Amino acid sequence: MIVELTVNGEPVTARVNHPGSLLDLLRDDLGLPGSKSACEQGECGSCSVILDGALVCSCLVLAADAHGSAVTTVEGISEPGALHPVQEAMHRAGAVQCGFCTPGIVVAAADLFAVNPHPTATEIKEALAGNICRCTGYGAIVRALEGAEIVADR
Amino acid sequence: MEIVHPRSIEEAIAGLSDGAVPLAGGTDLMVEVNFGHVRPENVVGLRRLEPLREWDGSRIGAGVTWRRIEKEGPTALAEAARTVGSPQIRNAGTIGGNLGTASPAGDGHPFLAAVDASIELTSAGGSRLVAWDEFFVGVKKTARAPDELITAVELPDELPERQAFGKIGIRNAMVIATVCAVVTRSEDGRTTVGLGSVAPTPIRAPRAETMISSAAKPTDADLAEFQRLVSEEVRPITDHRSTEEYRRHGAGVLARRLLERCLR
Ligand SMILES: Cc1cc2nc3c(=O)[nH]c(=O)nc-3n(C[C@H](O)[C@H](O)[C@H](O)COP(=O)(O)OP(=O)(O)OC[C@H]3O[C@@H](n4cnc5c(N)ncnc54)[C@H](O)[C@@H]3O)c2cc1C
Ligand code: FES
Ligand code: FES
Repeated sequence: MIVELTVNGEPVTARVNHPGSLLDLLRDDLGLPGSKSACEQGECGSCSVILDGALVCSCLVLAADAHGSAVTTVEGISEPGALHPVQEAMHRAGAVQCGFCTPGIVVAAADLFAVNPHPTATEIKEALAGNICRCTGYGAIVRALEGAEIVADR
Repeated sequence: MEIVHPRSIEEAIAGLSDGAVPLAGGTDLMVEVNFGHVRPENVVGLRRLEPLREWDGSRIGAGVTWRRIEKEGPTALAEAARTVGSPQIRNAGTIGGNLGTASPAGDGHPFLAAVDASIELTSAGGSRLVAWDEFFVGVKKTARAPDELITAVELPDELPERQAFGKIGIRNAMVIATVCAVVTRSEDGRTTVGLGSVAPTPIRAPRAETMISSAAKPTDADLAEFQRLVSEEVRPITDHRSTEEYRRHGAGVLARRLLERCLR
């Protein structure tokens, strides 16, 4: 079937013939490899996107079910050419090791900051409970994001 | 594969009549799809079906997400919602999907058992209310017929004043319960205990309930007896997540602690 949706503000159309996920659609059909594919069972959060305003795992969204929806991926999280405050904070703090989890963390953290611009460390940890960093760099990530409000306030 | 996006309950039911699979948040179903365990030919997409997301007092629409229940639900159900998966899972996962899967470990179930909730099933022939203990018939088996949609959860109008949910697992977030439980206590002392992950379906602990309901001011000895009876009444198994012994012990300890919270 033909799936029409809005991705990062742009209307897109794709043909979906199999019960694949939105993650596959984004990566394989739409050329947006920022969302990572790892567990495909909702455990790791590396595929996190904003779907119709809600943070979800794109691996658990049936591609055909995204018909008519609006999706924001890590590629669209900031203005073109600029960094989102969350990205800037993580970049400055060096809160990235291999970087595999980073896109998912950025999307989940951006979702947190949208509703809570001054989160505590506990709130950050709770908001990132669905994101696994296999390099176990959690300390640096949480410290970076604790400072992210400073960047956002500037 | 074909998907329909119904705009009304009637359209959704019509969509189900040719063997289509209902899809709500996808947090259970898509795991099965991704791992090749199911390959649905026809899907009825419920995620944006507004009538299924209506929440009217004691009637919670099947399409209400854990995220919303976490914020707006009755105390112990909200506490349960807060432990479901992660923010991503709670944003997508619904109470109706939890019931559709009917995992013995479903975190929504102990509350429904403890307050004697009913599940509303709707087909072309109309709606029927099924009591929770008739709805769950076995491990991942329910009384729902393939042409029926789970449309709502119906709670009693009056809920017990005191209620608490607890869950034992190997970590705080993202954990399938080793044991989960809800204890409620009313002003008159009537106590109920709903338990999950300790039997093929959610269960109650009737002997423990009767014993402690008659104790107006439970003593330490009463609490110990309550704990012992709960442990005796559960029917857990040993599997990859835990052992029968640990679950039996944990169920008693957890129920007692939740009761203590209700008594405070
Ligand atoms: C990483 C992860 C962590 C999780 N953690 C928890 C947890 O802590 N506690 C917990 O209880 N669960 C947990 N789950 C399981 C799942 O999130 C819940 O069971 C959730 O409530 C399922 O809802 P859904 O809307 O996503 O269901 P879906 O996946 O859309 O559907 C589940 C089943 O119900 C059927 N169904 C859905 N809606 C209806 C309806 N209205 N009528 C009839 N049938 C219907 C579907 O056909 C399917 O068989 C977790 C899942 C994942 C992936
Ligand atoms: S790939 Fe989606 S949560 Fe891991
Ligand atoms: S930086 Fe390697 S997975 Fe997080």
